[in-house]
This record gives sequence, structure tokens and C-alpha cells, in this order.
Amino acid sequence: MALFQLSRRDALILALFALVVVTMPVWTAPFGANYPGLMQKFAIYAIFAIGFNILFGLTGYLSFGHAAFLGVGSYTAVWSFKLLTMDALPALLLAVLVSGLFALVIGFLSLRRSGIYFSILTLAFAQMSYNLAYSVLTPITNGETSLQLTMQDPRVIDLAFSERGVGLPTASLFGVTLSGLSGFYFCAVVLLIAFFFAQKVFASPFGMMLRGIKSNQMRMSYTGFNTRPYALTAFVISGMYAGLAGALLAVTDPLAGAERMQWTASGEVVLMTILGGVGTLIGPVMGAWLIKYFENIFSSFNEGILSRFFDFVPEPLHDTVVAISSKFVGEGWQLTLGLLFVFVVVFLPGGIMEGVRRIGALFRRRGSPPKADAMRVQPAE
Amino acid sequence: MTNSHNFSRRGVLKGGLAGILATGVAPLMFTRGAYAQEFCNAPSGDSVTLGFNMPLTGAYADEGADQQRAYELAVEHLNGGGDGGLIPTFSSKTLKGSGILGKKVAFVTGDDQTKADAGRDSARRMIERDGAVMITGGSSSAVAIAEQGLCQEMGVIYMAGLTHSNDTTGKDKKKYGFRHFFNAYQSGIALGPVLGEAYGKDRVAYHLTADYTWGWTQEESMIKATEALGWKTMPPVRTPVGAGDFSQYITPFLNSGADVLVLNHYGFDGVNSITQAVQFGLRDRQANGKNVEIVLPLVSDLMAKGAGEAIKGVYGTANWDWQLTDEASKAFTKSFGAKYGQPPSQIAQTSYVQVLLYADAVERAGTFYPPEVIKALEGYEFDGLGNGPTLYRAADHQCFKDVYVVKGKDAPSNPYDLLEVVGTASRDSVTYDPAIFGGELGPDTPAKC
Amino acid sequence: MDAILAQLLNGLDKGGAYALIALGLTLVFGTLGVVNFAHGALFMLGAFCAVSFRYLITLETVTVDPTQTTAWGTALEVRTPLAQTWFGDWGAVLIDWSVPLSILLAIPVMLLVGIVMERGLIKHFYKRPHAEQILVTFGLAIVLQEIVKAIFGPNPISQAMPSALRGATDVGALIGLAPGALTYPLWRLIYFLFSAGVIAAVFAFLRFTTFGMVVRAGMADRETVGLLGINIDRRFTIMFGLAAVVAGLAGVMYTPLLPPNYHQGMDFLVLSFVVVVVGGMGSLPGAVAAGFLLGILQSFASMNQIKSIIPGIDQIIIYLTAVVILLVRPRGLFGRRGMMEN
Repeated sequence: MALFQLSRRDALILALFALVVVTMPVWTAPFGANYPGLMQKFAIYAIFAIGFNILFGLTGYLSFGHAAFLGVGSYTAVWSFKLLTMDALPALLLAVLVSGLFALVIGFLSLRRSGIYFSILTLAFAQMSYNLAYSVLTPITNGETSLQLTMQDPRVIDLAFSERGVGLPTASLFGVTLSGLSGFYFCAVVLLIAFFFAQKVFASPFGMMLRGIKSNQMRMSYTGFNTRPYALTAFVISGMYAGLAGALLAVTDPLAGAERMQWTASGEVVLMTILGGVGTLIGPVMGAWLIKYFENIFSSFNEGILSRFFDFVPEPLHDTVVAISSKFVGEGWQLTLGLLFVFVVVFLPGGIMEGVRRIGALFRRRGSPPKADAMRVQPAE
Repeated sequence: MTNSHNFSRRGVLKGGLAGILATGVAPLMFTRGAYAQEFCNAPSGDSVTLGFNMPLTGAYADEGADQQRAYELAVEHLNGGGDGGLIPTFSSKTLKGSGILGKKVAFVTGDDQTKADAGRDSARRMIERDGAVMITGGSSSAVAIAEQGLCQEMGVIYMAGLTHSNDTTGKDKKKYGFRHFFNAYQSGIALGPVLGEAYGKDRVAYHLTADYTWGWTQEESMIKATEALGWKTMPPVRTPVGAGDFSQYITPFLNSGADVLVLNHYGFDGVNSITQAVQFGLRDRQANGKNVEIVLPLVSDLMAKGAGEAIKGVYGTANWDWQLTDEASKAFTKSFGAKYGQPPSQIAQTSYVQVLLYADAVERAGTFYPPEVIKALEGYEFDGLGNGPTLYRAADHQCFKDVYVVKGKDAPSNPYDLLEVVGTASRDSVTYDPAIFGGELGPDTPAKC
Repeated sequence: MDAILAQLLNGLDKGGAYALIALGLTLVFGTLGVVNFAHGALFMLGAFCAVSFRYLITLETVTVDPTQTTAWGTALEVRTPLAQTWFGDWGAVLIDWSVPLSILLAIPVMLLVGIVMERGLIKHFYKRPHAEQILVTFGLAIVLQEIVKAIFGPNPISQAMPSALRGATDVGALIGLAPGALTYPLWRLIYFLFSAGVIAAVFAFLRFTTFGMVVRAGMADRETVGLLGINIDRRFTIMFGLAAVVAGLAGVMYTPLLPPNYHQGMDFLVLSFVVVVVGGMGSLPGAVAAGFLLGILQSFASMNQIKSIIPGIDQIIIYLTAVVILLVRPRGLFGRRGMMEN
């Protein structure tokens, strides 16, 4: 089955990655991050970032509107819960399908332009979706109030087989409730599948073609290739990833709000991908984890924790150190994130992964020179 | 968070960031889940954690900041600090300043960003990570409804803060959700007659409405109340929350033929829209031979402060006002003012009272077990918390009490004297049949989270 | 008819803000070729210049008035601004006019901010791809807004306009309509006139000064100008400063209309990019025209008559225009061929 074969190196990476993901509840414990809500987000946003990277990392097209697909995925999934069944699989399938169609339309239009014009087009489409979801599409999206399950939902498939229970149902997979840890493991499995598929894309001739678009679109078209169908395919795939992530958000918490379509949410996935390392497989995952960790844990540090942390600083300086550092944690976590991001873009364009490689190269010294340049962002312009 | 865990200085130095995380946060993770729980976040040990979730950023951030002050004050009083605030005046005498059921009260706070998604996320974090046994907060009905739904699923009691939409205890009511604040329907009943007296029976109203559950229900309630007087209504205009500049929505009012502008906006949105409306000279205009008037059906001290001159002479309704003269209101204003140097807003009062009511219900139930606490709150009749005799109605978990009609003061005697109470709608007059809004409370089955 | 005129005026004052921001953005793009996602943050910094100026002149002394007590039993504090203690009535006038006066603070501060930004960070990105420019300036925008948040807090801080300029004026009477038929807030009219003035000044500066001529030459052909022995880089740095000043001034004068908060820059950023793209990347007249055009479109789209035909149009008109222009006429209204297309 060639379809499921990976190169030895990729298979090893997949195995290691699977190990890391499955043992997440263990290794996140020392960081205070081993609660289901956050681990689910780790898995979900990793999928989002991997998908985004298939577009940006391979083709160099910088989309500033990917959150729209995430939102569409969420809405579709919640509607699937409301109308059909609480089972997660139909919700995921429908969400991927609908967000794929949505991406096809937006991608078809946006890919008529490249460079910054492409970015602005995606941004404009996403903002339009957000504003519409917020206002006139209220019958579908429930606007600012967010789309939620209600006791009166038809859920035709579920109710054909069983009585309506008391209280709101939760999402399930073949009858197994997906909340808490089981919800996380479900997301983790989906993440591994998504990762495997991304590996296949990266290694395929199609992936090579996309890299060709990134390095020199002009040359590609001179050789007689029409690059647009390839770029569009990449766009749709990455939109489907976003839809998948959105659907998983709805599975773990059946609520869909318009805010997750706002352009700042699109900006977040850009940050994740760049921080981790554009064009690499692991990088976006690392970026997603880092940002979600910042958002959830780093942001809850307060002066009390800092004060204990800086216990070793002598008394006269102690308060000053705490006062200054408190600006960077807690509510100031985004300042730290912004600084880190600027630092990465300026000095480490390959993100964390390039940092890892450079450190690795230091240890190897006489090994092969690092191929940092291959990882540089080279957008299609 | 209280945390009695000890660790050596050397350990911190050695472990760096990971060290601080392990010692600072991790013990909670291990203690939680280590025991079989019969319900979500059953308090073990000698403290109990409450989750305070309010908007610290976004359109209602001012309200959120005051909410946080009130919550911290309530915790102080529950733990026996300060002057005890409303505990001495409260009709129920179970609270002794020794925490709740003898457990010291600890708390965690979160920012809901005035967004349903973010608020729900933050509430979930408090339940899953911090082990909060009760969540309270929300300065937006959208947030409150989203959080209330989550709390129902997770089996954690939700004491709603400032949420004024009819839906919170109407079509979206939940067994685990309780609201002390009044609602838009009650605002309409209270405000209608006052408006009729002040502005006459022959008026044309023009509504600008925040485009979400609260705005919709307030618009509906206000239209109902004013049309009963004989007013006409222009097609309402919906505006996005946090729009900032409302001028393009105000300009069409000028030549619309309407003579009353009703602003169904709250927080900074309300401040911006009323200030901008006054900049447009609406106050000095005439339409249909009458002076143009502005109405802000839900108004708070914080908004009055933000709007400054613009609020003068504007009618609205309030759940409570610090200038009320009953003993409880005076006691709360004194306690709050002494700590923060400013009077409490209505949101501070409702938030503070909600924490006390929860604590008292737990004491009366004798357990934190949510179904028992729910039973203790349902149909509970109390007094001495600033709103006069109040009932927590069992059918929809809505509090029934007097509603105050307020007006922006023309000549304030000091910087805090911004609103004056000009009328009171009695509890009986604002009581309605719970069936009119539909909805189901759902079951009280506790969940294991 | 009056309704349409009122809506047109509203579009003009909105458009004034859009045009000013887009003008600065285009100056940077046209001269330096840099796509600056931090430009919205410059607008926000300008607004906070007004806030800081007000803080400075309202530093106050607190005295206690023992005759009045608060509801919580302490004596009422009376705050008197130092400016008032020192200058008497003039101090009060100073405070009353603080927003227009803070322009005096904003000009040097924004010039400095612009120059530091260009020399410190942006100049390293001239040779890098546009995507990286977007990313680094996006990061910078986050840093700037978080710094402002750390200093001034997350809540908007309202700035009063001078009392003489409050309220509305009867514009209709000026153009021969019935009294009261068309009134409009005075400050919004001033904002429109102010933006028109700044725009005219920038164009005159580029058109009639030697400096401006060199810059325009540099925009057309940077290399040749460099070969002529002119230090074009230094002039471009100053242009960046100028762009920051233009954005900052737009921010200062906007404060009485909308209390500034830390994320105001991000709110305006998307919009200003749309304006620039609609006008045509790198075209100064295009930016100005598109600014006013979009302001007017947005204002008209908010009318109930229009919304009843196309529901929700007020929410998306800006983006819809951008999409249509980009797809039909990718150079925008006034753009040159080939700009950023490859």
C-alpha cells in the first residue's frame, strides 16, 4: 500500500511525534498544563497551524484570513450536532467538506492575485465573513451570542434511535462521550492523522511542485506549468485543515462564536507558524503549543508567583525586579509574545526549528553545514 | 490562589522556570482528581476556590473592573476581614466571617474580553485547571449565557453578574444559573410610565440597538412599553458591539422625523453613542414641534461618569444606586468606598450580593453539593442586601425586587453624584409570568469534571 | 435631500481619518517600499500623545475639603490642576484646549518615533521579502500596543474637546437651506478641514520644496538619484518620520470623537490597508481619493434605506469594495502598472 508508506525518516518522525502527543498529559504536568481544556487546544491549534503551513510554508502565499475557515468548520460542526447527531464523525466530515468548498471559492478568487494583494484579499474575505456572521447571518450563526446547542434541537439521527435525555448532550464517538481526557485523545488521534497526511503532502511530487511555486513562480509558468491549480489545491487543503480544527473546537466545546473568525485570530496562526518555523513539519506545532501555553498559563502568573520566583534577588532590588517583570507576564503576556516574535523574525527567520538546528550544528561542529537558507520564507510575489 | 506548599530557594534556582511552575501550579493538578469526587470540584482541604470571570478588556471593561473590586471585597468579608459589609444587614444570619462551611475562601480571576467564546474558555480554565466550585461574572448577556451553558454541562453553579437580557432567565435559562440583576422586560415596565409622564403620549421613537441578545430583548421590551403609551416606533437600527464611532448611525436620525432616540447600548458603547449623539446637537433640536430627547434604558454610574455632561437629564433604569438610603445600601457604600475611595456601581453591588447569596445558600444547605445548593437558592426570600425584600424565583432563577428609574443629575454636588433615583417600580409591578419567555431549566444532575 | 447631505458630511469626516492614515502608509510604501503593518499603531500613539499631554498639564494637587464628607465617611478630596494654580484662568484655558495644543507635543514625538523605528528596525528589512516586512511590523505593532496597554491600561481614555467647539453648527444655513435642516457637529467639520489641510501641506511639501523633489525623484528611480551623490536614504528616513507625524496628527485630532484605547491601531490597520489598495499601492492621490470615497460609501451604507435593499451592507461595504477593485482593477484607482504585482 504505497498510500500509507513513508520514508524511513518520516516514519521515525511520525513515531516520535505520536509518542510525544500521546504522553502529553505526563510531560505537561510539570508545566501546569495537563488539564484537558488546554491539551485539547494544543492538539487542535497544532492541526490549524500544520494546515496553514501547507499553504504558507510550501507555496509562500501569506493568507491573513485563515480563521474564516476555522469559523466555518465550527459552525458546520455545531449545526451537525443540532440537526443530525452528537456523533463527532459526521460533524468532522461535514465541517471539512463545507470549509473546503468555502476555501475553494475564496481561494479561486484570491489566487488571481499574488503577494500583498493576495494577503489583503484573504483578509477582506475573512473580515466580510466575520462581519456577516455577526450581523445578517444571525439566523445561522446566532451572532454575538454564539451558536449553541439547545434542548429543542431536532437531532434527527440521534432521536430516531433513542429518547431525548434530560439536559444538553455532549459530543460522542460511537457512544463514547468526548469530554475531558477522552476528548483530548480524540483530538490527538486526529492530529496524528493530519500530521501523517501533511508528511505525505510534503514528500509528494505535488509538494515539490508547490515549493517550485514558492521559489520561482515565473520560471514554473515558463516551463509550461499552470501553477494556479496547484496553489488552489494547497489553499483548499489548508482550508480543510482549518475547518477540521474548527470542528474539533466544537466537539470539545459545542459552541461557535464569530470572534474566532476575526482577523486577529488569523494573525495568531501566522504567529504560530513563524515562531515555530515556516516550511517545517514540526515547527508550526511547536509554535501553536508555545502560543497556547503563553495564553493560558503564562498569562495567569501574578506578582505573588513572581515574588516567590525572584526570592533569590536581594531585598532592595527584589521589588523592582518583580515590578518590571510583572509587566511581561500575566496580562502583559502579549508583550512578551510580540517581542519574541519580532526577535524571531529579525534574527531567526526559520523560527524555533532553525534555532534547534543551529544548536544542533554547534554540537556537531564538523557535520554537514546547516541548511538554514532552504527554510527561509520566500513568498510568491 | 492560596498555596501553602513549601519549597527551598535552591530548588527554585536550580529548576528555573520549570521549577516555579512545578511548585507553584502543579500541586493543584495532583490534588485535584486524586480523590474520587461525587461532583465537579468538590472542595477538599481547608479552602474553597471561587472563579470570578469578568471583562477586563473590551466594550464593558469598566464594568468588569468594578466587578473585580466587588468580588475581592466579598471574599474579604466572607473570610472575616474588613467591616463585614452586608453580612450584618443580611436577613440570613448563617454567614459568620469564617469562610464558607468553615473553609477559607480563595479565588481565581479571568478576563472574558466581553466575548462569549473567550469568556467560556476562561470559565472552563477555572473549572478544569483551578478547581473553581462556583463561577460568577459576565458583564455581557452573550457571555453570561455562554458561561451559564458551560456551567450547566460541567455541573458548576453559575451566579450571573451583570446580564440584563430577558433570555438569561428566559429562553436560555439553566438549572445551574442564577441571576440577581433585573432584566430588560422589567426595565420596560418601570421606565414606560415615567417616559409617558415626562415626554407625553405622542412621540416617535428611533432605536439604535446593540446587535446581540441583550440589545434585541431590550429593544423589544422598550418598544412594547412605549407603544403601550401610544408612541410610534421607527424601524430599529442594529449596530455592532464595540463599534466605537456611531456617527453614521446617528446622522440618519436627524432627518428621520423621530423625536426620541433610544440607545440600547451599554458600557463604552453607551458612553460613545450618547456622547456622539449630544455632539450632534440633538438636545437643542426640535422635531414634530417637540424637543428631541435621548433615552438610555440601562444606565450605570460608570457610564454616567464616562459620558459626563451628555448624561444630564437622560432617563434610564438601574438595579441599584449607591445613593439609596436604606441601611444595607449605606453599609455597602461605606464598606466599598472605604476600601476603594469611590462609590460602588450597580454592577459592584449585584456581583457582591451574588457571592454572598451563594455562600449563604451553601451554609443553609450544609454542603457544596450543587443540587442541594440549587434547592437552597430556589424560591428563597431574603432582605437586607440593598434591594429591599427579594425573591429568587424557583421557576426561572430570576430575582424579583424593586426596579429604580434614574435620571442623569443636572447639578451634581460632588464628582460621584451623577444619577438620581426619580422613581421606583414595585416588585409586584415588575413580576411577570415565567411562561412568557419559554425555555427549560434542565436537570440538576451533578457532573464529574 | 438633507438626509443625503448629512450622510455625505459624515462620510467626509470619516474619510478624512482614512485618507490621513492611508497617506502616511503610502508615503512609507512609495519611498521605502516597505509594507508597514505598524502604521495603525502610529495612529494610536498619536492619540496617546494627546492623552499624555493632558496628563502633563493636569498634574494636580489634592486638598481635602473638611466641610464635605463622602458617603463612606472620609472628607471629600478636591483636586486642583497645577496648571490652574500656576497660571490661574489661563491654566483652565490651557486644559480646555488641550487636544489641539497636544499637536505641539505630537509632532516632535511622532517624528522621533518614526525615525527611531526606521533606523532601529525597518531599515534592516528593505532587502527582505514583503512577507517578512509584514511579519516584523505586525510584531512591532503588537509590542507598541502592549506597551501602551501596560502604561495607560486597557480602557479607553476620553478626551474632551474645547468647550467652544462642542455641539453642532447649522451647516444648512450656510448653503441656503432652511435653518436647522442640516446641522452637524462642529468638531467633525473641523476634523475634515484639518485633514484636508494636512493633506494639502504634504502635497505642497513634496511638490514645491527641493527636498520633496528629491524624494519624488527617489520614489521614481532610487538608484539613479543615489548615483547623483544624493543621500537618498537620509531623506527617506525623514519621510518615514513624516508619515508617522501624519498618522499621529490624525490620531490626536480623532481623540474627542472616539476615546483612544490601546488596540485602536489594529482596528484602523485593516481599514487603512484596504484604503491604500483601493487607491492603488504607492499612489498618494489614490490614497486620498480612496480614503474619502470609502468614508462616504461606509456612511451611506449605514442608512436604513440602503440596508433594507442589501442587508448587512454597512458591515462589509469597505471589504466588498476592496475585493471588487482588486479583482477588477488590481492597480487600484490610481496605481501604476506592475507595482507589487510580482
